[in-house]
Amino acid sequence: MTPLLAIENLVLAIPGREPGMALDCDIRPGECWGLLGPNGAGKTTLLHTLAGLRPAAEGRILIDGRNLHELPRRRVAQRLGLVFQDHHDGFPSTVLETALIGRHPFLRSWDVESANDHELARRALAAMDLGNLAQREVQTLSGGERQRLAIATLLTQDPPLWLLDEPTNHLDLHHQVAVLDRIRRETLERGKAAIMALHDLNLAATYCTHLMLMYTDGGLCWGKTDEVFHVPALERLFGQALARIDTPQGPWVRPMSGSGC
Amino acid sequence: MSLETGPGFRSVVTLVVLAGSAAVAVLASVMLGSVRLAPAEVLAVFSGHGSDLARMLVLDLRLPRTLAAFATGGLLAVAGALMQVLLRNPLADPYVLGISGGAAVGALLAMIAGLGLGWVSGSAFAGAMLSTLIVFGLAHGTGSWTPTRLLLTGVVVAAGWGAVITFLLAVRPSPELPGMLYWLMGDLAQARGSGLPWLTLLVVVLLALPLGRSLNVLARGPMQAAVLGVSVYRLEWAVYLLAAVVTAAAVTTAGTVGFVGLIVPHMLRLVIGNDQRLLIPAAALAGGILLTLADTVARTVIAPQQLPVGVITAMLGVPLFLFLLYRSRT
Repeated sequence: MTPLLAIENLVLAIPGREPGMALDCDIRPGECWGLLGPNGAGKTTLLHTLAGLRPAAEGRILIDGRNLHELPRRRVAQRLGLVFQDHHDGFPSTVLETALIGRHPFLRSWDVESANDHELARRALAAMDLGNLAQREVQTLSGGERQRLAIATLLTQDPPLWLLDEPTNHLDLHHQVAVLDRIRRETLERGKAAIMALHDLNLAATYCTHLMLMYTDGGLCWGKTDEVFHVPALERLFGQALARIDTPQGPWVRPMSGSGC
Repeated sequence: MSLETGPGFRSVVTLVVLAGSAAVAVLASVMLGSVRLAPAEVLAVFSGHGSDLARMLVLDLRLPRTLAAFATGGLLAVAGALMQVLLRNPLADPYVLGISGGAAVGALLAMIAGLGLGWVSGSAFAGAMLSTLIVFGLAHGTGSWTPTRLLLTGVVVAAGWGAVITFLLAVRPSPELPGMLYWLMGDLAQARGSGLPWLTLLVVVLLALPLGRSLNVLARGPMQAAVLGVSVYRLEWAVYLLAAVVTAAAVTTAGTVGFVGLIVPHMLRLVIGNDQRLLIPAAALAGGILLTLADTVARTVIAPQQLPVGVITAMLGVPLFLFLLYRSRT
């Protein structure tokens, strides 16, 4: 199976930091990668670099075997989508209009969004429990609703590779699970791949096929979830003592209060 | 989606209403003046009949000025709409960014040198482009540029052009001074050739339409736009160049009229939303209507004296703007 994204000896360019370890891996259909690491470790920088929004210090990123930076932006947008950590809405617009911008990479200059595009946007909004808010102004949404709208925009775009920067931000427990369930279903049943930054270790262990640990000193550790999800490594990653709880579904971790590591 | 509620239907209705209002505004502007004409007399002139006096009033005196006013208003509103998307800031317009200041200095220099209209237009365009390059170049620099930084650079450059204009007027022999001052506040009394501004308006609206959806995405921020397949750097430069051309054409025609580019797009946005594919043609029409009516008032209210049209646009624009802002709070 050809990888959706081939990352070759990629070194991130993070201002004010020595170049870190090189990342070398393939992202294949059906895989769901979780990026774990403390604040400032470079999770967002990695996602933005993979989306071609910022240059890397070294290395190459290949989409369908072609260098990301040599592809037209429109072509890149047909292959990958990114949900940002923060959402800026400069001018007033409705929820439906915001979801519809996901169709932009697939329309030519003079095209108007078709009935099919509207249908995709409406289905995406319904999947994120926003169906009855379609005509609402984006500025009136709550933080969690705005986050679900960002994910609905990605569902409307429907690219093969999904990059998500803390997709469960602001979401209540039910919607966290609903969003991650949807991402897992898309990867398993529709051959998508996802790379997402997460802060909840247990959700990451439950939903991700692969994990990448990103250390503040630029160190990296990546592999299949059961190979990487080890308490000592996670304790060193966050500088936080953890207790391991074995469950029938696999190991869970719980932070130990008041103890550094 | 049913036809009645679809965005396409709403766009058509909006543009038809605006086009109808534009026709009424032009008719009113041609009727009103020192000698008042009835609508029937004006229509008779348009169909090739009418008295000699009516023909002279309409075809030689009023219509050229009305058409120049309409085109200028449309140009200014389109320039404002483009700059506001570019900077993601509803307060941006070519005046705030100093583009019209550069155009005015260029035009003023050509006038002082006693050059013809073609030179004045070319010089205004050169001034607008120079201003664009200064503002965009300085605000870009290394790394990313933020709208705030660009806006601040624009404000400083505009202040600089203001000083140059004052200097030029101060060192000039006095007889032309009142005329130049009027022109700097927006004066359509000298405007005759409306071919260039109309052509510019038409071309720019036609160029901006296929960019409309990309502009919608750009309005949500450069990163979001890039992720959705917009070549942000290229689009931003294209918008900036279009805005510079439009501003130069407007300043050459009518001097610096300062309120239209700010108020018309913002006002429309409150009523019809922010889809640039509708907003830009609607701004061309609404800006034209506003300046046509404003100029009609400017030349009739204290006749035979005339006011600079910039005074009227401000007086019309401010209360309307405040009312719409108040209404949109709900």
